Amino acid sequence: MSSVAVDTQQHQSDHDHDHEHDESSSTVFGFWIYIMSDCILFATLFATYAVLSSNTFGGPAGHEIFSMPFVLVETFLLLTSSFTYGLAMLAMHKDKSKQVVSWLVVTFILGFGFIGMELYEFHELITEGHSWQTSGFLSAFFGLVATHGLHVSLGLIWMVVMMYSVLRYGLTKQVKTRLTCLSLFWHFLDIVWICVFTVVYLMGAIT
Amino acid sequence: MFGKLTWDSIPWDNPLPMGAVAMMVAVVVIIGVLITRAGKWSYLWHEWITSVDHKKIGIMYMLVAFVMMLRGFSDAIMMRLQLAIASGNEGYLPPEHYDQIFTAHGVIMIFFVAMPLVIGLINIVVPQQIGARDVAFPFLNSLSFWLFFVGMALVNISLGVGEFAKTGWLAYPPLSELGTSPGVGVDYYIWSLQIAGVGTLMTGINFFVTIMKMRCPGMTLMRMPIFTWTALFTNILIIAAFPVLTVTLALLALDRYIGTHFFTATAGGDQMMYVNLIWIWGHPEVYILILPAFGVFSEVVSTFSRKKLFGYTSMVYASAVIAILAFSVWLHHFFTMGSGANVNAFFGIATMIISIPTGVKIFNWLFTIFRGRLKINLPIMWTLAFLSTFTIGGMTGVLLSVPGADFLLHNSLFLIAHFHNVIIGGVVFGMFAGYSYWFPKAMGYTLDEKWGKRAFWLWVSGFYLAFIPLYALGFMGMTRRLSHYDPSTGWQPLLLVALSGAVLILFGVLCQVTQLYVSIRDRHINQDVTGDPWDGRTLEWATSSPPANYNFPFTPVVEDRDCFWSEKEKNNGQRPKETREYVDIHMPRNTGAGVIISAFSLVFGFAMIWHIWWLAGLGLLGMFVSFIRRCFETDVDYYIPAAEVEATEKLRVHNV
Repeated sequence: MSSVAVDTQQHQSDHDHDHEHDESSSTVFGFWIYIMSDCILFATLFATYAVLSSNTFGGPAGHEIFSMPFVLVETFLLLTSSFTYGLAMLAMHKDKSKQVVSWLVVTFILGFGFIGMELYEFHELITEGHSWQTSGFLSAFFGLVATHGLHVSLGLIWMVVMMYSVLRYGLTKQVKTRLTCLSLFWHFLDIVWICVFTVVYLMGAIT
Repeated sequence: MFGKLTWDSIPWDNPLPMGAVAMMVAVVVIIGVLITRAGKWSYLWHEWITSVDHKKIGIMYMLVAFVMMLRGFSDAIMMRLQLAIASGNEGYLPPEHYDQIFTAHGVIMIFFVAMPLVIGLINIVVPQQIGARDVAFPFLNSLSFWLFFVGMALVNISLGVGEFAKTGWLAYPPLSELGTSPGVGVDYYIWSLQIAGVGTLMTGINFFVTIMKMRCPGMTLMRMPIFTWTALFTNILIIAAFPVLTVTLALLALDRYIGTHFFTATAGGDQMMYVNLIWIWGHPEVYILILPAFGVFSEVVSTFSRKKLFGYTSMVYASAVIAILAFSVWLHHFFTMGSGANVNAFFGIATMIISIPTGVKIFNWLFTIFRGRLKINLPIMWTLAFLSTFTIGGMTGVLLSVPGADFLLHNSLFLIAHFHNVIIGGVVFGMFAGYSYWFPKAMGYTLDEKWGKRAFWLWVSGFYLAFIPLYALGFMGMTRRLSHYDPSTGWQPLLLVALSGAVLILFGVLCQVTQLYVSIRDRHINQDVTGDPWDGRTLEWATSSPPANYNFPFTPVVEDRDCFWSEKEKNNGQRPKETREYVDIHMPRNTGAGVIISAFSLVFGFAMIWHIWWLAGLGLLGMFVSFIRRCFETDVDYYIPAAEVEATEKLRVHNV
C-alpha cells in the first residue's frame, strides 16, 4: 500500500539525479516493517486465544467442533496458493505479463476457495449453535481465525487490482514493486495460517 | 434509518456542554468567515490541507495540539474547581458529568495533545536533521495527519452529539462493556482512538523508513543528532506497541457490538486480559512520549552550552535500553491484580532498572552544562525546569515500583501526582522547549521572549502548587476519580492550594497565547534571516527559516557529528559560499487523497458509533474506492526547475 507514495514510472527515462533515493527499495522495506507490525497484531490475538482457549463455559471445546480433514483441505488450498503466487513472481522476473496474470488468477481461485471453506465452517458452527456469543473460547477462536480471513480477503481484493494493473500498464517498475509487496503479504498470511492450524486446530484436536 | 441517533441525543438541557459547543461552533464559524472574506480557501486547500510537505504537516500537528490543550486544560480547571468546592456537598458537577470530564481530560491530553506535539516536532525536524528533502512516504504522512485529525474531531463531536465515555481514560471492562455503559460514550472512545491510532502506526512506519533509508551521505547512525535517535526509538515503539492497542480496542468493540466474550464478567471472558493488553501498549506509550522530549533536551543543552553533548554514545544506548525495557514493566500498573509475589517482584525490579539509563541521561545533560557558557533563553529554561521536576517525578515513580508500597498508594492521588510530575515535567516541558527552540526554523521568526518567560514562571510555579499537594493527599487516603468528599477528611485546604496552582497554570497558558499573538504581530522585527538563530550545531540549522520546500538545494555531505557546527568553525563562523551549479529537484506533488480518505473515515466512525449501518458501509466503501483511485494516480511528483531553485537561494543570500 505504501508504494502509492511516489510514482517512479513517469521518470524512468528522465535524467537521473544523484539525490533520488531508490524509492522501490524504500517501499519494500517499509512494507516489511508493516508486516512486522501486523505480526504483533496476530501475536496479540494468539495470546488472547491462549488465555481464553480453556474458557469453554459449558460450550463445546475445540476437539468437539473441529473437523480435521476439512481444515487440512483448507490449509492445502492456501499453501498451494502461496506456491502459485511464487510462480507469478518468477514470471514477473522474466517479464512475461500474461503468465503473471494467469498465475494470479490461479492464486485468486485458490485463495477464494480457502475463504469460501472458512465461511462454510463458520456458518456450520453458528447454525449448530456454537457462535462467538457462546463462550470466551469461541470468541477468541472467531476473533483470531476471522482476522486472518479478513486479511486474506483484503489480499484477494488487492490481487484483483494488481491483475488490472498488469493488464493495463504492463510490468512497470511500480507494478513490480506492488507485486513484490503483495507477495510478501500473501506468504506472510500463509505463515500465520500455519500457526493458526497448529495452535488452534491441531492442539485443539489433541486436548 | 439513523440507528441510535435521535433529536434527544443532543444534550439540550445541559448548559455546560451546550455552552462549550456553542463556543466551539462560534469559533469555527468566525474562522470560516474570516477565511472567506480574505479569499484564502483556495490557498488553504492547495498549500496546507493537501500538502505533503513534512514541515507543513508538522505545523498542523502542533496547531491542533495547542488548540486541544486548551480544551484538555479547561477540563482540568473544571475538575480542580469541583474538588475545591465539593467538601460535604455535591459541588457544581453531577457525578456522571464529572466522570466524562476526567475521561476526556486523560484521552485528550495523551492522544490529542502530547502525541501530536511529539509527532509534529518529529515531522518538522527529523528530515532536516538527516539532510533529507521529505519523508519516505509523503502521501502516507498526509493521510496519517488527517486520520489523526478525524480522531480528534470525533472526541469533540461527542461533546455536542451524545456523550463521551465515563470510564476513565483506559476504559477498563467490565465498566466499559455494554451492560454497564450502554450509551455511545465508549463507542466514541473506541472509534476516535482506533482511527487516530491507524494514523499513528503509519507515521511510525514512515519515519522508521525515513531515518533508516534517507540519511544524507556521511550521516552514519552514530553521527545522527540525538533527537533523531530518540525519534527512531519512538517510532520503533509505535510500530511494536500500537498494533496491541488496535487489537485491544477491536476486541472491546466486538464485545459491545456483536456480543463476544473477550472481557465480559460472564461466559468465560477475562477482564484482566484487557488490563494486561492495554498496558502492554500503554507503558511503551509513555516512552513514545518521553523519548523525543529527551531528544529535545539533548539538542537544547548542547546548543545553549555551546559544547558538544557529553556522553553521546551513552545517550544513544540509554535510549535503546529504555526502549527495550518499555516492554517489560507493564504489570506495575496493576500490582494489585494478585499475580503473586514473584511476578510482582520481577516487574517491580524491572521498573527500578529503568531509572538507571534515565539517570545516565540526567548526568549527561548536567555534565554538558558543566563549564559550558550557558545562554539563558526559553528552550534552556524549560530544560532546567525539566531537570529538577522530572527527577522528583522519577523518584516518586521508584517509590511506586515497590509492590508493597504500591498496594497502599495505587489509585490514590499520589499516583496522579507522580504521572503528572513526569508527563508535565518531562513531556510537556520538553515539547515547550522544542516549540520555542524550533519555532524560528518552522515559521521564520523567533518567539517573543518576554511573554515566554512570564508563561514559563507561571507554568513552573503553578505546576508545583497544583501537584505537590496531591502527593500529600494521596498519603491522606484520597483516591482518584472522586467527585466529592466528606469535610472530616481534611482534604479541602490542600485541594484549594492545588486549585490555586491550576489557576497559575491557566495564566501561564494565557501568556503563551499572548506570546504567539505578539510573536506573529512582531514577526518582521524578530525575523530570522540567517536560518540559524541559536548558533546551532546540527543540519536543520543549515536550511533557511522557514526552509524552502525542498529543504536543501544540494544534498549535504556529513563528516562529523555536529556537522553544521564544525563546518562553521572551518569557515570562521561563516556559512561557506555556494559555488555549485543548481540542478532540478524532484519533489512529491500535493494530493487531496489523504483528506478525502480521512473524511470517509469520519463518516464511517460516526456511523459506527450511532449504529447507522448503511452509512458505515458507505463510509467504508468510500475509503476503499478513494484509496484505490489514489493508487492509480500517475501525476504524483514534479521537478522544481534549477532556475527557480537558484532564484530562491539567491534571494536568501541577499536577505542575509
